[in-house]
Amino acid sequence: MSEASTVPMGEGPSGPAPARRGIGRIGLYIFLVGAGLFFALPLYVMIITSLKGMPEIRVGNIFALPQAPSLDAWSKAWSSACTGLNCDGVSVGFWNSVRILIPSVILPIALAAWTGYALSFWKARGAEVIFGILLVGAFIPYQVFLYPMVRAFSSVGLFGTLPGIVLVHTIFGLPILTLMFRNFFIGLPIDLVKAARIDGANFAQIFIFVMLPLAVPIIVVAVIMQATSVWNDFLFGQVFAGPDNLPMTVQLNNVVNSTLGEKEYNVNMAATMITALLPLAVYFLSGRWFVRGIAAGAVKG
Amino acid sequence: MAQQAMEGTLEQGRRQMTELRNWAVYVALLPAALIAILAYVGTVIWTVWISFTSSKLVPVNAFAGTMQYQRLFADAKWQISISNLFFYCSIFIVVSLVLGFLLAVALDQRVKAEGAFRTLFLYPQGMSFIVTGLVWQWIMNPTLGLQRVAIDLGFAGVKLDWIIDPDLAILVLVMAGTWQASGLVMALLLAGLRGIDPQLWSAAQLEGVPRWRYYLHIVLPQLKPMLITATILLTLAGVKVYELVIAMTNGGPGMATEVPTKYIMEYLFRRANVGLAMSAATVLLITVSAIVVPYVYVQYFRKPKPRAGA
Repeated sequence: MSEASTVPMGEGPSGPAPARRGIGRIGLYIFLVGAGLFFALPLYVMIITSLKGMPEIRVGNIFALPQAPSLDAWSKAWSSACTGLNCDGVSVGFWNSVRILIPSVILPIALAAWTGYALSFWKARGAEVIFGILLVGAFIPYQVFLYPMVRAFSSVGLFGTLPGIVLVHTIFGLPILTLMFRNFFIGLPIDLVKAARIDGANFAQIFIFVMLPLAVPIIVVAVIMQATSVWNDFLFGQVFAGPDNLPMTVQLNNVVNSTLGEKEYNVNMAATMITALLPLAVYFLSGRWFVRGIAAGAVKG
Repeated sequence: MAQQAMEGTLEQGRRQMTELRNWAVYVALLPAALIAILAYVGTVIWTVWISFTSSKLVPVNAFAGTMQYQRLFADAKWQISISNLFFYCSIFIVVSLVLGFLLAVALDQRVKAEGAFRTLFLYPQGMSFIVTGLVWQWIMNPTLGLQRVAIDLGFAGVKLDWIIDPDLAILVLVMAGTWQASGLVMALLLAGLRGIDPQLWSAAQLEGVPRWRYYLHIVLPQLKPMLITATILLTLAGVKVYELVIAMTNGGPGMATEVPTKYIMEYLFRRANVGLAMSAATVLLITVSAIVVPYVYVQYFRKPKPRAGA
């Protein structure tokens, strides 16, 4: 099983060997290239629009390359785009997202690794019940849990604070991350734990000195997955972060869908592109790791 | 792939767990247990309880029977939200499955640059729904977007201003949703295709089976476990649709793209009718549980039995 999960799409094609040439073969590539264009289109439009000026956008074709590419829209999006009366650009949201991101990646992953380890090698009454609750919970729409959580957080002063939003990300990141770590640890030989016990290591020492070093690959996948999902989150940020910590996605939506003033599509697309940059960079730099992360995290979102 | 990453049934776990006992495991599981009990079970119970009270701006403990549910199902906006969701989900699921399957089969034909195509089909998975929604909103802009391109190309009669058309706006949501989700279906099914014995095709060829029949009648049945996983993931993603609506249409034009998740958020935070919102949340909970509980049971808790192609 751990074998299968490290090779996302198998070794090689198993489909019929192609006839060397022929109409079918050409049709196949036409289909693939056509689909590729459909998938690439939004990224292309986002980039070229962000490099144009408004006069050009008003008269030109949305797919046309910019006549005089410029980064003006980018700098405006970053530092002076308006949401209502505030004109500080999306940089504010960017830094808020960074402040939310770091603890919201470290905390849930640490807890999930620890819980996954406890669930893999040790016998405990009720462990299956906890695991079952978390698994079912991972699939339920967040709106079902949201309101009681808002009340509970308000009553202890966590609502609308940075620790509050981090706790929310920890709670909702936990199921899928725990599942990933548990499945990883179950694939390891139990003799490792037994040998460490004979050497006198206790429960926590086995985790820190034996398991964690072995878990580096799955930690990388977990970091990629959790970071992407925290960065892309809108719902929790909108409800729990509070006005001073609004993450970038919320601010972006406010900038673009603000009804005040004339729409500046180039600035909007630059702001959208800036928001998408982090996940895109992670995706194109980490490739295969990223695929494993989103696959494991497919139940989220 | 999601399937593989998530596999490893409890049976495997049980074998090992019987061997090691330690009191420390109870302490170790305490934080997760607290989260499971308070943040998941506790909130659900509270949500369901509020739905049976007469709560308005703040929750009150005055039992009101099914009053909120009667109001909910009498509300035209809720009825429209449900029918929109049904329409969105059915098209979104079917199109994503078909497109994902076609992409997977196409990539399994020993094509050149397979990796590049895979990268291209999967990157939307990493984008925020807000980003996806805003870009497609701009592409479908009724004056400067695709519509303008059609006019420039001489197709003045072609109507592409779907996003402001009450009958067609939901299709724009479907398009954005499909763009984001079908890569995952492709990845799941491609992993499945790679597990099929190549000898099968040789045998089919000897029998003179044409390629399309090979895929329809021999391959498709073998992909059943992956297709089930993909369908369930798509269904859940469909039911949860919220950010896409907020970014693209905000429910409009009129109520053409209103959905239940947005209905709940509105009555919770803007219209201050907590009881009504919680009855809507409970309806959503029951619907999703009917799909999820059997799935989680079969996937993780049932004793594994040998499966074809897995």
